[in-house]
Amino acid sequence: MTDRTPYILEGETGDWEVVMGLEVHAQVASQAKLFSGAPTAFGADPNCNVSLVDAALPGMLPVINKGCVEQAVKTGLGLNAQVNLWSRFDRKNYFYPDLPQGYQISQFQFPIIGEGEIEVESDDGYSFTVGIERLHLEQDAGKSIHDLDPSSTYVDLNRSGVALMEIVSKPHIRSPQEAAAYVKKLRAILIALETCDGDMEKGNLRADVNVSVCRPGGYDKFRETGDFSHLGTRCELKNMNSYRFIQQAIEYEANRQIELIESGKGVDQETRLFDTTTGETRSMRSKEDAHDYRYFPDPDLLPLELQQDWVDQIRVNLPELPDQKKERFISDYGLTPYDAGVLAADYEKADYFEAVAKGRDGKMAVNWVANELFGRLNKEDLEIGDSPVSAVHLGELLDLIKSGDISGKIAKTVFDKVWNGEGAPAEIVEKDGLKQVSDTGAIEKIVDDIIAANPSQVEQVQAQKAEGHAKPKALGWFVGQVMKASQGKANPQAVNEILKAKLDL
Amino acid sequence: MTDLTKMTLSDALDGLEAKTFSSVEITEAFISAIEGANSSLNAYVVQTPEKALEMAKASDERRARGEAGILDGAPLGIKDLFCTEGVRTTACSHILGEFTPTYESTVTANLWREGAVMLGKLNMDEFAMGSSNETSYYGNVVNPWRRNGGNAELTPGGSSGGSASAVAADLCLAATASDTGGSIRQPAAFTGTVGIKPTYGRASRYGMVAFASSLDQAGPIAKSVKDAAIMLNVMCSHDNKDSTSLNAEQPDWTKSVGKPVKGMKIGIPKEYRVDGMPEDIEKLWQQGIDWLKAAGCEIVDVSLPHTKYALPAYYIVAPAEASSNLARYDGMRYGVRQDGQDLNDVYSNTRAQGFGAEVRRRLMIGTYVLSAGYYDAYYLKAQKVRTKILQDFQTVFEEVDALLTPTCPSAAFALGERHDDPIAMYLNDVFTVTANLAGLPGISVPVSLDNNGLPLGLQVIGKALDEASCFQVAAELETASGFSSKPSAWWG
Repeated sequence: MTDRTPYILEGETGDWEVVMGLEVHAQVASQAKLFSGAPTAFGADPNCNVSLVDAALPGMLPVINKGCVEQAVKTGLGLNAQVNLWSRFDRKNYFYPDLPQGYQISQFQFPIIGEGEIEVESDDGYSFTVGIERLHLEQDAGKSIHDLDPSSTYVDLNRSGVALMEIVSKPHIRSPQEAAAYVKKLRAILIALETCDGDMEKGNLRADVNVSVCRPGGYDKFRETGDFSHLGTRCELKNMNSYRFIQQAIEYEANRQIELIESGKGVDQETRLFDTTTGETRSMRSKEDAHDYRYFPDPDLLPLELQQDWVDQIRVNLPELPDQKKERFISDYGLTPYDAGVLAADYEKADYFEAVAKGRDGKMAVNWVANELFGRLNKEDLEIGDSPVSAVHLGELLDLIKSGDISGKIAKTVFDKVWNGEGAPAEIVEKDGLKQVSDTGAIEKIVDDIIAANPSQVEQVQAQKAEGHAKPKALGWFVGQVMKASQGKANPQAVNEILKAKLDL
Repeated sequence: MTDLTKMTLSDALDGLEAKTFSSVEITEAFISAIEGANSSLNAYVVQTPEKALEMAKASDERRARGEAGILDGAPLGIKDLFCTEGVRTTACSHILGEFTPTYESTVTANLWREGAVMLGKLNMDEFAMGSSNETSYYGNVVNPWRRNGGNAELTPGGSSGGSASAVAADLCLAATASDTGGSIRQPAAFTGTVGIKPTYGRASRYGMVAFASSLDQAGPIAKSVKDAAIMLNVMCSHDNKDSTSLNAEQPDWTKSVGKPVKGMKIGIPKEYRVDGMPEDIEKLWQQGIDWLKAAGCEIVDVSLPHTKYALPAYYIVAPAEASSNLARYDGMRYGVRQDGQDLNDVYSNTRAQGFGAEVRRRLMIGTYVLSAGYYDAYYLKAQKVRTKILQDFQTVFEEVDALLTPTCPSAAFALGERHDDPIAMYLNDVFTVTANLAGLPGISVPVSLDNNGLPLGLQVIGKALDEASCFQVAAELETASGFSSKPSAWWG
C-alpha cells in the first residue's frame, strides 16, 4: 500500500494543487416516480411514462412514494451517514419546457440524510476518506431534445418526476484519479444496496464536479479552519457520466484555472460543460446569470417524518457493503487490504473472485484473478462481464495446479488456451497432454540420460559443492534440461529431488 | 306546482324522495331559470344542460330502484376552480383557453357519487384572486341584490361570486366554492347566503386548481345552514391523492343544526372592531351577541392580539405560493400559447397575455417576496406571524367554544368601485383571512339587511375540526334572526 501523495500541477509561477467536491445524482431504483404512480421503466416511447401529476395538469398534487424514501435511507446508512428523522421538501422555482411544474421538488434546507463518510481505494494503491455533506431526494426533469428539428425543441417527460438522490461530498478529493475512484466507490455502494442501478451510460448516475486550484498548503489550511477561501474560486463541471470524462474534464479545467490565475485574470465562479469531442470545458452560465430559485417549503407536502424503529429495521436488513466485503475477504481469504478493497469495490469482480476462491486457496485465487485475469482484461480493454475465462474454468485451473496435475507455468499456457476458447482447463490438459509427470521412474530415466551426456556439467556441480555451496548453481542448469526434455511436464519438485540424489548433493 | 328553484336543498331532497317531483323536472326548472337570468347575472361561464338532464334522468332511475344517494337528483352549480371531466375548466383565466380535464376533482366526484346533477361551471375571480369577481376573464358576476331604490350593479363578492350569485338568485340548489382568504364567506355575506370553509384538510384539494396550497379549502355556498351541512357532509373526505388531506373522523354535521347552544361559550374578539367600520355592522354584531345570549350562550370578551398582522401576512403567503403554483401555466402543454422569437419571449408573451392584471400583480408580489435577500424579511416573517395567529386562536379556544365576528367590514359594494384600489379591495378580507392562516373552520350566515336593504353576515369561527360548533351557532343565529329575505327578481 502506498501513501497518498499530493497531485501537483506545475504552473509558470510555481506548483498548484487541485481540490474537488462532487455532487452525484443517482436515480433511485424504484418502480414508480417520486411523487406520482407513473412507472420509471427505461426505454418507453417518449411521453408514455407520464402521469397527470408529472405533466403538471391543473389541480394535480404530489404524493410521496414511500419506496423512494426507504431507498434514500438505505443509501444514507450505506454512507455511514446521519438519517434525519425530520426532513422537508422545498420547491426550486425556474422555467424550462422540460420542467412542467415550473419548479423542481427538492430538499434544500432540511435533507433526509446528513453527514457521513466513505473510504475510497485509489488505483494507485492507497485509500482515502471522503466526507459526505448530505444526501437529498429530488425530482428529475424531463428531457429536451434539440436536434430532431432545426427550429423546434421536443420534450420527453418520461424522466420527469423520477426520483433522484443528490449525494454531495465535502471538498476532500485531491486528484482527477481520486474523483473517478470516489464515483466508482459510491457506485459500488449503491449497487450493493440496490438503491441505484449505477448505469452511467443511461445517465442513471452522473456527477457534477466542483473544481478549484490552490497553492500547496491551501487545502490543509482549509481543513484546519473550514474556510473555503483557502481553496480558491471554484467552477462547477456539469453532468458527467463516465470516469474517463470526469478525469479529462478535471485535468483540463485545473489547467485552465491555473493559466487564468497566472495571467492575472482570475477565475470566475461559473457553471461549465465538458465537451467530449474537444476535451475542453466551456462556460454554461456565470454566477451573475445564476437563477434565483426562490426556494420555499412545498405547501402541497407535509414534512417527512420517519420513525426510528423503521430506520433501525432498514439498518438490520442492509445487504453486505463493499467495506464489509473487503473485511471478509481479508479475514476469510487472507487477502491484503489493497487487493480486498479493489475486489470489493466492484461487485462483479468480487462475485467472480468469490466464485473462484470459495473452497480454494485465497491468495492463489487473488493472484490469478487480480493479476492474470484482470491484467489480461485490461490489456484487451474488456469488462469482467465479457471475460472469456469463466470463474468456473479458472477455479478448475486452480484445482489442477493444487493437485499437482500441472505446474504454475503450464497453467499459464492452459489459461491462454481457455482464453482462446479451446475448451475447459481439464479438457485442454488432457487433449494436449500437458499433465505433469510425477512418475519418478520416467523422470529418473531422463535424469540418467542427461547426467550421462554431460560429464563436464557434472564436474562443475561437484566442484561447486566442494567449494561449500549448498545449492550449486549448475544444478539449475540440470533442472532446466530435464524440464526441457519432458516438455515442461515433469513435476519440478520431483526433478529437484531426483537430481540431488543422483548428483549426491 | 311551486317554483322548484326556490326550494332549499333540504326541501328539494325531501320532495325528490317523496316523488313530489322528479330530478328531471327540477333540473329543467333550473335550466330555464339559468337561461333567463345568466345574461344579466353572468353567474355561469359554462352551462351543461344536456349533461344535467342526462344525470337527472339517471338519478330518477336510481331513485326508482331505491338506490338514491344523499344528493340524488339535486341540481348543483360547480365553481370553475374544480376540474370536471369532459367539461371546460379554466378557473376563469384566459391562459387555460378551452382546457377540458380528463379527470374529476375529488370534491365533485364525491358529489356525483351521491347522485348530484351538474348544471354548469360557475364564474369566479381569475384563479380565485379577487374579492369582487371582477378579475374573471369571462366578465364580472352581478349580485342579484340591489340597494333600496337603486339600480347600480353590485358585486356579489369574490372569488366565489358566481357560486354566491347563483345560489342567491335560485340558479342552483347549492354550489361548490373555495376559500383561500374569505372567498366563500365574503360572497355568502354579500348575497344573503350561507357559506362555510371547513378546517384545512377536510376537503381534498385534488383536482381543484391551486391558488395558495396552504390556504385553499373547498366548501359550499347554500341557501340555509342545514343545506350547507348537507353539502359539506358529501364534499369532505379523506383522500390519499392529497398529502394535506386529514384522516379525521367526520361527524354528520346536519345533526348540529338545531342543536341547542345553551351553555356554549362564545368569544368576541376585540381586535375585530376596526376603525371606520359602518354602524350597521357594529349593530349587527351586537344583535348577534344578544341573540346568542338570549339562547343561553355565555359571551366572553377575548383578545387575538396578532390579528392586525393577519392581512399583510396573508398577502405575502398567498401570492408567494401562487407565484409558484401558477408557474405551470407556461403555454407548453395545454392552454393558450403566444408565440415569440425565443423561449423567453414565448413565456413572457404567453403569461402577459394569458393572465389578467390582478393575477400578474400577485405573481409579481409573490416572486418578489421569495427572492434571494427578501425571503427572510417577507415570507419567513409572514410564516412566523401565521404561527402567532394560530397560537392566539389556540389560547382563546382554551376558554371559548367558538368566536363570533362580522364576516366583512361592509355590505356589497358597487362594481367598479374598488377596482382601481387594490388595498381597499384587500381590506374586504380582514375578518376572514385569519381562519385561513390558522386553518380553522369559519361559517358566514346572513342575519339582517343594512340601511340600504343589502344583506349582512356574521361569521362563526370554530376550533380545528369543530365545524359542528360552527353549524350549531350559525343555525341558532339563522333561527333567531328569522332572516328569509330574498332579492327581488329584476333579472329576466
